Amino acid sequence: MKRSLVDLPLGQHAEIASIDCERRLSRRLMEMGLLPGTRVRVVRVAPLGDPIELRVRNYSLSVRRAEAAKIAVRPEGAV
Amino acid sequence: MSDEASPQVLIAGNPNCGKSTLFNALSGGSAHVGNYPGVTVDRTTATLQLGSEQIELVDVPGMYSLTASSPEEQLAVDALTESNTRAVICVVDATTLERGLYLPLQLIESGVPVVIALNMMDAAARIGLRVDTERLSELFASPVIPVVATKRRGLDALLAALEAQLEPRSGIATPEVTYPAELQADLATLAPVIARWRPQMPASQHRVFALWCLLSLGEDSLRGVPDEVRKAVGNIRRAAAERGRNLDLEIVSSRYVWLDRAVAETCSPQGPKPSWSERIDRVLTHPIAGISIFAVVMFGIFEALFAGAEPLIGAIETFTGFMQTQSAAILPPGVLQDLIVDGVIAGVGNVIVFAPQILMLFLFIGFLEDSGYLARVAFVIDRVMKGVGLHGKAFVPLLSGFACAVPAVMATRTIERRRDRLVTMLALPLMSCSARLPIYILVVGTVFAGQSLGWFSAGAVALFSMYTLSVLVTLAAAAVLRRTVLPGPAPTFVLEMPPYRWPSAGILWINAWRRLRVFLVDAGTIILAMTILLWALLSFPKSTEVSGHYATERAQVLQSASSETTKAEALQALDAREAGEQLAHSLGGRFGHAIEPVLRPIGFDWQIGVGIIGAFAAREVFISTLGVVFGIGEADEENKPLRQALRDARHADGSPVMTPLSGVSLMIFFLLACQCMSTIAVVKKESGSWKWPVFLFSYMTVLAYLASLAVYQGGQLLGYG
Repeated sequence: MKRSLVDLPLGQHAEIASIDCERRLSRRLMEMGLLPGTRVRVVRVAPLGDPIELRVRNYSLSVRRAEAAKIAVRPEGAV
Repeated sequence: MSDEASPQVLIAGNPNCGKSTLFNALSGGSAHVGNYPGVTVDRTTATLQLGSEQIELVDVPGMYSLTASSPEEQLAVDALTESNTRAVICVVDATTLERGLYLPLQLIESGVPVVIALNMMDAAARIGLRVDTERLSELFASPVIPVVATKRRGLDALLAALEAQLEPRSGIATPEVTYPAELQADLATLAPVIARWRPQMPASQHRVFALWCLLSLGEDSLRGVPDEVRKAVGNIRRAAAERGRNLDLEIVSSRYVWLDRAVAETCSPQGPKPSWSERIDRVLTHPIAGISIFAVVMFGIFEALFAGAEPLIGAIETFTGFMQTQSAAILPPGVLQDLIVDGVIAGVGNVIVFAPQILMLFLFIGFLEDSGYLARVAFVIDRVMKGVGLHGKAFVPLLSGFACAVPAVMATRTIERRRDRLVTMLALPLMSCSARLPIYILVVGTVFAGQSLGWFSAGAVALFSMYTLSVLVTLAAAAVLRRTVLPGPAPTFVLEMPPYRWPSAGILWINAWRRLRVFLVDAGTIILAMTILLWALLSFPKSTEVSGHYATERAQVLQSASSETTKAEALQALDAREAGEQLAHSLGGRFGHAIEPVLRPIGFDWQIGVGIIGAFAAREVFISTLGVVFGIGEADEENKPLRQALRDARHADGSPVMTPLSGVSLMIFFLLACQCMSTIAVVKKESGSWKWPVFLFSYMTVLAYLASLAVYQGGQLLGYG
């Protein structure tokens, strides 16, 4: 089953599998260091439920759920 | 491209990397703010004496990469390829090296001499990060200088390295990023096309520029890219896609593979985010505490702009008034005196009156931005803004609109994408600003005095309704603009949450002051010109018949046997009445008469029409204009004679002009109409063309008219009024 960042429990580390959003955004995310194989973790959810905050490459980045849903991940420890 | 311009050094870096701090530290705060041609992005420059050479230091807007798809993003690349660009100082936040080194890598690849300023080394040391800068500069084939910009540490070494980089050299070593063989072949195909586009570019850079084109072109709005290049890039991308290749991924991940290796070799493994920053975040983004603090901070800003700026604004107005009386006393009466007193001095007053709120708002925004809280504000409120197609960062400008649209429009600069900025800028003048309040008070005091609706006074209900309505209309307007005039994808929200930092007071002040100076010069000229124009419109032509008539009356008063005080009072009354009649005779007055048939269906008469014309200078001027129209003289919103005059005003058929219904219609008109030339001027300045302010004025006026029409006519049908 394909899992995305929104399915990831808070605090669990995962590895990015792929980014499948429109080109401008995926290019931006990639250039900010979110690439297949990059370790990522959801740190917190905004008080109103959206957006969410990620921790990646030692910095914090917030994205909306709609965008996070397009970032497929492999949870660490999963096969 | 300017070939003969003085040599320039760009200073580039990610947002939040301390680039502006370093720029200010190097320039000593003596910067000049201009504009990049064609885009509304500030071009901040300063002159720097480097050895025997004088160079221009250019502050390039913050960015994560050189890749561009809009003219705003393109200007960094344009600046880089200008022939007088001699070197780039790339500022990197040492605490986010893994991502932060992507930009300098891209810069160095492009062949320009680069000095990497590794900033915030003190913060990096606190989290236990050690960097082998010597090895890092070997890998990057460029000097890497540790600095702490806020404490001015490492600046001498930085300048020395820069000076060395400016020495002419033969061939520049660049780091060797390994790109896949297929991509190399694509670059080889593209290079000759680039060579035809940029013949002056050294051959070694053609492949690098080809990389930039492959990554940037397609669904872009870049300017000046030849069709031949677009076609070639399109072909390569199509062929790659058919073979299942993702070119963007190939390029970016090749660079990160190189970067990851370089970082692993030179940096000690980095610990987690500092625990205190994490603890602050836990509170500030907490569902209850976070939202409460958010509300308190926003209310604080609002209160400061609304009430805190009041004494300063009052002082400026008093001073303007003082200058006007003094000038009137010195200058001989006549047209020149009127021009200087009511045109020029009033115009300058109309400009500087905005200074306190602009300074305050930019000090606040600077503090929020530099401390890292602005990103959290956007994080907390984005959900609400998303609903109407706005970015989380639109919240502070919208809120500021309650105080005054002028600084609020300027505050939209924090929003990154131009389209999002325009939507915000065009919707926020609908927020009920503080200049509308005196009008509500005048109307409420005139038509609702002493009335009540249930437990509440009718006036309070009316005021509350106006503010609620303004919020609803603003949000609705944003949603509509996003779907019609400025369509496009809803703003994406990819926002770095920088670590919390204590902002430097000096930097905050320099930046706020710079913003104010730009406003005074650019928007100020427009406001001054419009004030003079409006003065002329409401002063000419003068009627000799009227002045002759009042001269006779004055003579009669002076000859009468009454006491000196009675005489003075009578003369003053005559002055006021003459001013009223002259105003009615002026172009503006006649225009008010002419538009009466249009105003009648929304419940206004020609006198209110003249007031509306005068109110274009600033909404509150409506009241003083009415004071003149009714022959009362100087008046404010609490003025009893003015309220009485309004109550006594009658239409031609004898029915009263001001009824509760026409009062509500008038308030709604002022709520929705763009009766403010300063807003027009600042939107012109911030959007870069006259197109948007003209659109703003038109849509708000139409909206205001239709809403007032619906209220007045609907109200009459229901038997009110």
